[in-house]
Amino acid sequence: MMDFLSSLGDMIASVPFWVATLRIATPLILGTLGVLICERAGVLNLGIEGIMVAGAFTGWLAVYHGAGLWTGLAVAALTGALCGALHALLTVWLTVSQHVAGLGITMLATSLASFAYRVSFPQVSTPPTIQPFAPLAALQGIPLIGPVLAEQTALTLGAIALVPLAAWFIYRTPAGLALRMAGENPAAAEGQGLDVLRVRGAAIVGGSALMGMAGAFLTLSAFNAFFMNMVNGRGWICVALVVFASWRPGKALLGALLFAAFDAAQLRLQQDGGALPYQLYLMLPYVLSILALIVMARRAAYPQALMKPYRKGER
Amino acid sequence: MTQTPSALRLARITKRFGALTANDDISLELGSGEVLALLGENGAGKSTLVSILFGHYVADAGSIEVFGQPLPPGDPRAALAAGIGMVHQHFALADNLSVLDNILLGTEALWLPFSRRRAARDRLLATARRFGLSVDAEARVGTLSVGERQRVEILKALYRGARILILDEPTAVLTPQESESLFATLAQLVAEGLSIIFISHKLDEVLRVSQRVAVLRAGRLIALRETRDTHKAELAELMVGRSVSLPQREPRERGPRVLHLQGVSATRGGRRVLDALDLDVHAGEIVGIAGVSGNGQLALAELLSGTLAHSAGTLTLDDQALRADPRDRVARGVARIPEDRHAEGIVGDLPVWENAISERLHTPAFSRWGFVRQRAARAFARKLVARFDVRLPGIDSPTRVLSGGNMQKLILGRALCVRGDAGTPRFIIANQPTWGLDIGAVAYVHRCLLDAARQGAAVLLISEDLEELFAISDRIAVMFKGRLGPARDAAAWTLADVGLAMAGTPHGGQHAA
Repeated sequence: MMDFLSSLGDMIASVPFWVATLRIATPLILGTLGVLICERAGVLNLGIEGIMVAGAFTGWLAVYHGAGLWTGLAVAALTGALCGALHALLTVWLTVSQHVAGLGITMLATSLASFAYRVSFPQVSTPPTIQPFAPLAALQGIPLIGPVLAEQTALTLGAIALVPLAAWFIYRTPAGLALRMAGENPAAAEGQGLDVLRVRGAAIVGGSALMGMAGAFLTLSAFNAFFMNMVNGRGWICVALVVFASWRPGKALLGALLFAAFDAAQLRLQQDGGALPYQLYLMLPYVLSILALIVMARRAAYPQALMKPYRKGER
Repeated sequence: MTQTPSALRLARITKRFGALTANDDISLELGSGEVLALLGENGAGKSTLVSILFGHYVADAGSIEVFGQPLPPGDPRAALAAGIGMVHQHFALADNLSVLDNILLGTEALWLPFSRRRAARDRLLATARRFGLSVDAEARVGTLSVGERQRVEILKALYRGARILILDEPTAVLTPQESESLFATLAQLVAEGLSIIFISHKLDEVLRVSQRVAVLRAGRLIALRETRDTHKAELAELMVGRSVSLPQREPRERGPRVLHLQGVSATRGGRRVLDALDLDVHAGEIVGIAGVSGNGQLALAELLSGTLAHSAGTLTLDDQALRADPRDRVARGVARIPEDRHAEGIVGDLPVWENAISERLHTPAFSRWGFVRQRAARAFARKLVARFDVRLPGIDSPTRVLSGGNMQKLILGRALCVRGDAGTPRFIIANQPTWGLDIGAVAYVHRCLLDAARQGAAVLLISEDLEELFAISDRIAVMFKGRLGPARDAAAWTLADVGLAMAGTPHGGQHAA
């Protein structure tokens, strides 16, 4: 037992552990912020899983055909925004069930990405690769965290920087207030002269763009190729992390890091070849996430109008 | 008629919802610095008219002028810009946001990189001081009392420079003292030159605050009176269209003890919501529970309805312990009239007949072999609808299309038929049974409760309307912060004493102890 604890301590103190944690957390941070913005406006966006796949694919495809990495990221964001526009049309203007529309978009975007991949690369045995974002070796010199940061790409730092920006946007700008009001009491927001449908639509498009970028991180930074199953449920994790975070950006960062740390830990435990079957280690981050969710979500203050379509002029 | 220049002119407004004409050719004028009362029963078209005025609905015909300028239809922004402010009956506030956030929304351009919160707060506090409305700008709206929330709603309109204020049933949720302070505020607003439309169905208030009264009935403007030239009986008759006889209380026999609470406490979410309650209700009597909303009345109603379990004390019905199980309550003759008809009383999207049997869905009368006995259920619903005079398109129409009064009649019918058509319930828990109803429907509900008591039911009436409590209760107790004061004869209370007890000031001390 003591042996196990000391090896756990060694792991947490090690640079590779933190490098892995930050890398795993990046798409979760971006995706969670995306979901958070949609839900703050009162709309559940279960399209995230598919939007991440689509963003991962189009971003990678653009770079593969010679575009720059940042252009690829923009293409992924645009892909997400388009999917978001579809979701907004369905849920905000046509007031379709948000669950059904979201799952539909996930299936549509996933299948389209798969289809386009097959059409673009009919016969390949090994997936074609690109040159991904390079680590920021220049940061090596920063004391304490330098070695960890130097292994990360610009996307990871950008995602972390986005958290305070999102918090500022939500809590300190008039548009953020409009966003929150549309998710809390849309009728009241309209009574104050706000166009609720447009606020909600814009939130979904913006949030979905972030989801697209979350997907692109996987193909443009974490790996150098596109695989069909690479998103692998990360989108759903983001949906859960938003509840864990009580719809607050700071806590979303915390949640993403926590989950990523669990995931990094289980990877190392697997490699150490413990006595347990590796499936149990794979399970670990999810089990711990569920436990954390149970503790945190009990006190969560839901946006009051979440999942309630707003129909103007209806009693 | 009025010498003052007109602030608002409605010309020939007509609005139809399908076959229903909610507003039929209504023309009205509001003078500057005038308080115009809009009086009418539920469904008379008051809310529709002001919704058109505020741009929530678009009228099918007619036009609106504000300070001489035509108002574009269907645009709340235009109404706000023209100086119209609205205080909704169900407050248009977001509970999770702060007072300042609620007021600030929509006053700044959306593309600004930051809110000018400090300047906004200063301006809000200055507005609040000027009109004598104290408010904590950073408090979360969800933590405020009903009276405070209403103040926020009024401030929201004033902050935007409203010159015309529309108040929709503003006293429905206030204590007598809070109503008084609202009236004082209104007087001050008028003194500052604002014009006010005051929507109500409470005659005393209307006579008290308004200069003129417009009476609506069935979508039409029936009468326009100078307040000083009219009186309560005339207005009541104009409003209802016939003379209303208020039910009279007759002396009743007080029977054996039915409901007994001793030291009953309950908690919810770790918070104690009921604190050592003692209460007896006997057969044939109506016990009224007064109190400002949010002092444990809802928990008490839920406790007695079987949806909240008690954590300490004894709770018995006919000297047998009660379990926290709604179905058991119904089986033992407990009739329940919940506070919020839409949320708890009925399922709006289900047809009337399904709602009519929902409490007894599992009894052999309405189900066999796991199937609903449709014919028996429909027959029961038809009988109920006829007996309780529920006006509706048909028992197959969704229940949400019923007006508030008719919905309440349906719930009353379901509750009072708890033992089949013949029997009376043993115990009736009625929480705010007349909330939002018009005079005719209120009289009907009161008559039902009085009849039930005469036939031997024990009745517990929870209400925030003191007039109602004094009108039909035999004994009254006051609830404050989850505690219940002693139930004393209604005649032994004065209105002022009840008001004090509602505010937590124990009266005299010699009664309590």
